[in-house]
Amino acid sequence: MATTHSTPTGDTAAARPYLDQIDRLKGELPGAALSRVRELRRDGRERFAALGVPTVRQEAWKYTSLRPLEKVAFEPATAAAAAGTHIDVLPTVRPAGQTGPRLVFVNGRLRADLSSTDGLPDGVVLTGLADALSSHADFVGERLGRLANADEHPLVALNTAVLADGPVLHIPRGVVLDDPIELVFVSAAADGRATVFHPRTLIVADPLSKAVVIEHHVGPGGAPTFANHTAEVFVGEGATLRHYKVQREQTDAFHVSHAAATVCRDACYDNFILTSGARLSRNEVHAVLDGTGASCHVSGAYLVTGEQHCDTTTLIDHARPYGTSREVYKGAIDERARAVFQGKIIVRPGAQKTDGHQLNRALLLSDTAEIDSKPELEIYADDVKCSHGATAGELDDEALFYLRSRGIPKEEARGLLIASFLAEAIDEIPEEPVRDAFAAIATGWLAARRGGAR
Amino acid sequence: MAATHETVEQVRALAEQKYKYGFTTDIDAETAPKGLNEDIIRFISAKKEEPEWLLQWRLRAFEAWKTMQEPHWPKLDYGPIDYQDAYYYAAPKLKNKPKSLDEVDPELLRTYEKLGIPLKEQAILAGVEGTEGQAPAIAVDAVFDSVSVATTYKAKLEEMGIIFCAISEAVHKCPELVQKYLGSVVPYTDNFFATLNSAAFTDGSFVYIPKGVRCPMELSTYFRINQANTGQFERTLIIADEGSYVSYLEGCTAPQRDENQLHAAVVELVALDNATIKYSTVQNWYPGDANGVGGIYNFVTKRGACRGVNSKISWTQVETGSAITWKYPSCILQGDNSVGEFYSVAITNNRQQADTGTKMIHIGKNTRSTIVSKGISAGRAQQTYRGLVKILPRAEGARNHTQCDSLLIGDQCGAHTVPYIESRNRSARVEHEATTAKISEDQLFYCRQRGLSEEDAVSLIVNGFCKEVLKELPMEFAVEAQKLVGISLEGSVG
Repeated sequence: MATTHSTPTGDTAAARPYLDQIDRLKGELPGAALSRVRELRRDGRERFAALGVPTVRQEAWKYTSLRPLEKVAFEPATAAAAAGTHIDVLPTVRPAGQTGPRLVFVNGRLRADLSSTDGLPDGVVLTGLADALSSHADFVGERLGRLANADEHPLVALNTAVLADGPVLHIPRGVVLDDPIELVFVSAAADGRATVFHPRTLIVADPLSKAVVIEHHVGPGGAPTFANHTAEVFVGEGATLRHYKVQREQTDAFHVSHAAATVCRDACYDNFILTSGARLSRNEVHAVLDGTGASCHVSGAYLVTGEQHCDTTTLIDHARPYGTSREVYKGAIDERARAVFQGKIIVRPGAQKTDGHQLNRALLLSDTAEIDSKPELEIYADDVKCSHGATAGELDDEALFYLRSRGIPKEEARGLLIASFLAEAIDEIPEEPVRDAFAAIATGWLAARRGGAR
Repeated sequence: MAATHETVEQVRALAEQKYKYGFTTDIDAETAPKGLNEDIIRFISAKKEEPEWLLQWRLRAFEAWKTMQEPHWPKLDYGPIDYQDAYYYAAPKLKNKPKSLDEVDPELLRTYEKLGIPLKEQAILAGVEGTEGQAPAIAVDAVFDSVSVATTYKAKLEEMGIIFCAISEAVHKCPELVQKYLGSVVPYTDNFFATLNSAAFTDGSFVYIPKGVRCPMELSTYFRINQANTGQFERTLIIADEGSYVSYLEGCTAPQRDENQLHAAVVELVALDNATIKYSTVQNWYPGDANGVGGIYNFVTKRGACRGVNSKISWTQVETGSAITWKYPSCILQGDNSVGEFYSVAITNNRQQADTGTKMIHIGKNTRSTIVSKGISAGRAQQTYRGLVKILPRAEGARNHTQCDSLLIGDQCGAHTVPYIESRNRSARVEHEATTAKISEDQLFYCRQRGLSEEDAVSLIVNGFCKEVLKELPMEFAVEAQKLVGISLEGSVG
């Protein structure tokens, strides 16, 4: 098997500037008193130095080149710049005038002045990691680095080497949060300097709890930013966690995110990612169904145009019997944009009665758009039902003709068809307000597209 | 239900049979010393009395090979191969063209008999003159270790201008064709195994179908590895000129030995305007025993180029043998409106491992491809479908449909699907579907209730599962393939 032989390593030379930054930041990072955190950071640095920046010679990065990153001299984000950045309007899925629990991070650092934890039930922890490293040291110390695998994933290793701040959410046993929790991430290049930061998210849903978490990723633009997110999500027995994300950063932003979730017995993890921003983005979701009857929905929609590159990489690991997983991804790719979908389902030996389904459909809207799709099944148990489907193509001429013959102008008809195409993915979101908000974002993208060149 | 009944009968008849081609032929053979170096290549080239350009081509390939690394990306687990520990040339010592059946080495005759090739044909296979022209069914080129032993129906084919002979013969007979097309689809630098083959290939078949000719019979090659520790490196080149048609069959067996034997073949197909090539394989190399001892390592590069407009290349394969299979018959669809097809049944049992699939490269306008892959994994076997569908920007209106189904029998085996889909043309439509399932209890119960044993029932269901592919095989192979499906899965239930 390939593992017994050396696989091509990443670009260790390209890792150099980041290693220098790690060494410079070392003294300023919070939680240095905790030995577990010190070890994590040290191991992360070591692994990153050994693994290097991923290259297209590595199978997992075959279709996504991080070369463009090398052309930018990123500076680590500073606390002062984060505190001084002015934010006008914060994105939300709530109706106008309503507020709710929310954390705002600028360049990965918590802005307490913009955040609110009012109205959360007793026992729920919602705070920044920098704060939690002192206020809940044992709690975070025990869990950090347990799910996100820094040994294999160089960018997780990099994130771990300098982990400092990011959202920490703990929902105690049996607590049901009615109000969604919003996490806003603002990427801001202070004074026009290219900025890099590595937010770390930790979500722990204890048994039988229930919560909805919505991430907004935005950026005012101006200069390139590089956000390297790592999230760890624990979903306890019988818990339900719905984890939604919308990424609308400016087209000079780089956005890389790795979410690692473990789903216990009879628990349910929902993940939906809507991507329309960033020049280069990669969303990696790894969910391990680690208890009998665990389930997950990992879906998303990507809308890219111009020179954008959007990579979606998922791994659903059925480790126990009676697990179900469902994935529906839909993408619209316009102009010279390129989308990548790599979805893998593993069914471990003994994970009988697994039901896994995956679908990726891409719509190419221009002659220069490109889709690269790699749906993968790796199955070691016989009594399972697994399937995947992938399609690529353009809008159906007959459907277009149908609409046009009823007097709908061509562009409007195309818009309708694209919207309905995307709806198949967005409809996977069971929470109505989120679904509506995401559908509105997709509609907005389509309108902006129409208002453009065509 | 007659056909069904027949299948079951066949399976029953063969129930006790393990690998029936596992015998060895004790025959005088001429071998080159072990290992591969420039001298061996010169020796092989000299044996074949090759022209200088071909020797130089081989040597260039050898130079390139020395700088290459064995690929480790397939999902295959095997120990290191010592490429210097194998014989690169082995040939049965044939007397000068025997005139009658009595003069042919009886051991060689018995081999053909045991392989199930009819006696009448056998006379031809052993190189006896004077029996050709009787009841033509299939023209056969038999490759025994490193050399082509005989080619049948040559004269009849020649009347139509068809060239069907050993490639070593073609080098002399029609050097301009060989020089023009050899390595034009699979260049000598293509990959580790193809490059090794380019340096060391010993024999194989050559086919040329002239303009507008429809080849009147199935052409067939029968590959047999006999010598111990011998690598087989055959090279097949098929050229279908404008408007021609050919159907080609390939079969393979090897003796049962404890050591692993290496087989690294290259097949190149070229279809010009309006030409069609149908290439069918029943690969039944010795798969090793139940504990994974022995068996053939099968590393094969097969590729067809649809150079002309409206040309078509269709690959059909039934892969039941080999300890390790690494094989991706591919189509390069260059000509506008050209068509590529890949139909595959791969069965792995015991400790067999297979990493197989196809590549469809759409370059021309309105090119179409169909992929149907059926994988059956049993025992402790691991099987992977790995495929690429690539649509280049100029491939307006290209169309692909891929269907990959896997069937698992038992909880110790694995079935994996790794398709790559790259589309750079919006008018192209690409669809990929894959499913994995097991034989349902309901199906089994239904069959058992009607008095079929569990093994017969499984064979029946699996044959049904594969039907889509098996129906693409020429008649001659379809029956054998059906039997193979049953035998290969033996011992996988209960």
